[in-house]
Amino acid sequence: MEKYQIIESTAIPLEMENIDTDQIIPARFLKATDRSGFGDNLFRDWRFDLNGNPKPEFILNDPSRTGTILIAGKNFGSGSSREHAAWALYDYGFRAIVSSFFADIFTNNALNNGLLIVQVPDEFLKRLFDAIRQNPKTIIRINLENQEIVLSERGEKEHFPINSYKKKCLLKGFDDIDYMLSLKQKIEKFESQFK
Amino acid sequence: MAKTLFDKIWEKHIVDTIPDGPDILYIDQHFIHEVTSPQAFAGIVKRGIAVLRPEKTVATADHNVPTKDQHLPIKDLLSRQQVEKLTENCKRHGITLYGLGHPWQGIVHVIGPELGITQPGQTIVCGDSHTATHGAFGTIAFGIGTSEVEMVLASQCLLQYKPKKMKITVNGQLTPGVVSKDVILYIIAKLTAGGGTGYFIEYSGSTFSEMSMEARMTVCNMSIEMGARGGLMAPDDVTFNYLQGREFAPKGKKYAESVEKWKLLFSDSDSYFDSEFQFYAKDIEPMVTWGTNPGQGMKITDQIPDSPGSNKALEYMGLSAGEPLLGKKVNYIFIGSCTNGRIEDFRDVARIVKGKKKASNVRAYLVPGSKLVEKQIEKEGLRRIFEEAGLEVRQPGCSACLGMNEDKVPRGELCVSTSNRNFEGRQGPGARTILVSPLTAAASAITGSITDVRSII
Repeated sequence: MEKYQIIESTAIPLEMENIDTDQIIPARFLKATDRSGFGDNLFRDWRFDLNGNPKPEFILNDPSRTGTILIAGKNFGSGSSREHAAWALYDYGFRAIVSSFFADIFTNNALNNGLLIVQVPDEFLKRLFDAIRQNPKTIIRINLENQEIVLSERGEKEHFPINSYKKKCLLKGFDDIDYMLSLKQKIEKFESQFK
Repeated sequence: MAKTLFDKIWEKHIVDTIPDGPDILYIDQHFIHEVTSPQAFAGIVKRGIAVLRPEKTVATADHNVPTKDQHLPIKDLLSRQQVEKLTENCKRHGITLYGLGHPWQGIVHVIGPELGITQPGQTIVCGDSHTATHGAFGTIAFGIGTSEVEMVLASQCLLQYKPKKMKITVNGQLTPGVVSKDVILYIIAKLTAGGGTGYFIEYSGSTFSEMSMEARMTVCNMSIEMGARGGLMAPDDVTFNYLQGREFAPKGKKYAESVEKWKLLFSDSDSYFDSEFQFYAKDIEPMVTWGTNPGQGMKITDQIPDSPGSNKALEYMGLSAGEPLLGKKVNYIFIGSCTNGRIEDFRDVARIVKGKKKASNVRAYLVPGSKLVEKQIEKEGLRRIFEEAGLEVRQPGCSACLGMNEDKVPRGELCVSTSNRNFEGRQGPGARTILVSPLTAAASAITGSITDVRSII
């Protein structure tokens, strides 16, 4: 896995709550057997009309909106366990998702793919949305080492939680399956004693 | 110290704990299907390693399979490739597969329990969020992503932080026309779609202990719709009797020994829960959802509430606040899924439609959860009842619950569905889903509009 670096970018706001994984990537696009190319169908039914033409009113289709940070309303990633949702967001170019609340399985899937999950209080999320509404070019800086998200212009910042194990994996680019493989003897011993 | 059922199972499965980090949790049983496993197998191959315990993984094809003409090659090229990939992966890695055409094929969360693979006290995972279903047997069962599927294939373990614990108690006897699906839709409406996030739920109380295993599975299945990784219930005689004689359940003396062990699986009386809720069966009525998440539900006799932030959902559904759903015309009915695709669900439907005809505007999908359920439908003469009512029984699979195969609800159409998610586009692009019990779905199929089953029983 890539080592994690500081993210400094404009952000794309998606001011909606309960964005489920069926919206992030609908089931009919889950038929691939590799991990690549899911970004093309990210938010498919919000992004494209029946004929596959981009819907101009959807924010990802606004060419003036760019950035590697997605900011969304609470309970992001609820529903299905499909890791394709994390793959699609990453493949599209996002490196961090900011919200005030995330679904559990999605959080694990995102972190397992180097997509940073930044959970902030409702109040700070609102400030982020406000700042971007006033100036779409607002720069946001996310520092994993300090666990800090900063609204660069205003200097407002907020701490975000992340489990220490995953933080270490992300910062150092560790792969936890390699780690598990190193525990084989311990696992076999556990099995032999398990009743 | 007093322990919850969850604590007891969790602690027994800890291989090791990473200091200031997650537990390494041993997994007793792993299920896989065609959609969320191919990339995990690719990872295993890329690492040049073997699956550590192939005998602890069972595979089936369910998510994208057609529900007609399963003996023919799958028409959709990508679906066919995915199913073929599963077959190839299972063969290569020595994993048992109940694929298309096998007499035990079916939805992964239907076949695990009916074959007796699912047993009390186990840890169970699958790359599917409805793995929560297996919690009905007193197991820790939860959905995982594909990277985690790879981890289980590689090490038979998962890195997991212990979740918080929630207890939901429901007491009393359900009134006629109210079934387990209504109970869980009621709970989700109370707690909201994110209300269980971060928790593992234990369901307790007389309402659940009086339920059959299949009814309990419906409840546990939808734990994830509150955001909870899973939900479990203490096993009891109902559980033990259900398991007795099933294909992979312990037999003879071993069964008796297992039951003795399983009887120890309960929460100690003074054990601690981080959060507790209490509800009463008498307050629960047949439920319907009106929005685009499973928490947006109400009693079938209510009007759609004027709740903040629901405009987008109502606009998608073509509904308005203050409007009743009762009597609303519906052209599509889906009966099936890992939530309500078991034999008791079809018996419930048969009870309602027997001797009646479906409304002429209705197109219904009746999709058994497994080949064994399909066989039982035949054996009990239910197929004839359905056919006489004008309802066609299809072949097993996930079908229109998620519309990965060709079973889709057309854009703009309302579908009364016994499945688990009413998300935008879940049953097909632009499809509008109303979640209900099998009884409500059956009653609505007869009248062609959303119907309170109590008005016709």
